[in-house]
Amino acid sequence: MELDETDLRIINALQSGFPVTSRPFARAADQLGLREDELIVRLAAMKDSRVITRFGPFLDAAAMGGAFCLCAMEVPPDEFDAVTDQVNGFEEVAHNYARDHRLNMWFVLATETPVGIGEAAARIEAATGLPVYQFPKLKEFFVGFRVAA
Amino acid sequence: MNLSPEDRALIEACQAGLPLVPQPYTQIADQLGMREADVMQRLEALKTKGAIRRIGIAPDHYKLGMVANGMTVWDIEDAQAEGLGALVGAMEDVTHCYLRPRYMPLWPYNLFAMLHGTDLAEVEAKRDRLKSFLGDAVRACDVLYSTQILKKTGLRLARKGAR
Repeated sequence: MELDETDLRIINALQSGFPVTSRPFARAADQLGLREDELIVRLAAMKDSRVITRFGPFLDAAAMGGAFCLCAMEVPPDEFDAVTDQVNGFEEVAHNYARDHRLNMWFVLATETPVGIGEAAARIEAATGLPVYQFPKLKEFFVGFRVAA
Repeated sequence: MNLSPEDRALIEACQAGLPLVPQPYTQIADQLGMREADVMQRLEALKTKGAIRRIGIAPDHYKLGMVANGMTVWDIEDAQAEGLGALVGAMEDVTHCYLRPRYMPLWPYNLFAMLHGTDLAEVEAKRDRLKSFLGDAVRACDVLYSTQILKKTGLRLARKGAR
């Protein structure tokens, strides 16, 4: 879909916050200088075309007792496809990216308890025979995704 | 944090996305047999407790034309890492910024900053700017480009029955 300047303003504005009030679209639209129905139609179009992948509450795994951890592996190139299948087969693996480095596979583990991270990493090591390096965040600096509007 | 059954049901009801209707919280309340005021109060309380980081949208970077992403990694002396990390995290070009552990000698980098761009050249230009900003504080650095998305699913609560 073709995005116009208004769509980009909506994306920037609604990333950081959507109001909790009886008519939230009306309030958000007001701040953007739009009409309530116009905002809803534009959001629906962006959701349908998957420009917006999610709309709603974003959960903090850690605050709910769960955990996230970035992990990396050095996978021999000739085993890469097989190891990808093994790693992706774990439901704790939320995202997995191939990257151009000696550590060539980077994935995020998401578990409902902090001990679940170590357990999942150990099971992946056992399944693949390769070490899993854990890169937990020691500190997070915020974060947003801004597009030129 | 333990979620009450009501909070858990509420989060599950919102997980597929808030309904795109003028009064979304009313619709969710009806679905759960709660009152709208109760839904809004619970959402605010979950935000205050930190269980909900934010309510909003997540765009697909690729659909916005930001097709190149580089994970830039930096070895910054520990004493300076927090202060510089806060500055880097606030930079317009940086979408995610974290301090993470090193694995010597394989991995000397402690500061991670994610950069996106419409192409590789744009990401490299942003990386150059970041490098000059960090200046002498950089002992070593690298950038890892993603060559393929192997898997992508969001964080979801596990279905209650599956736990």
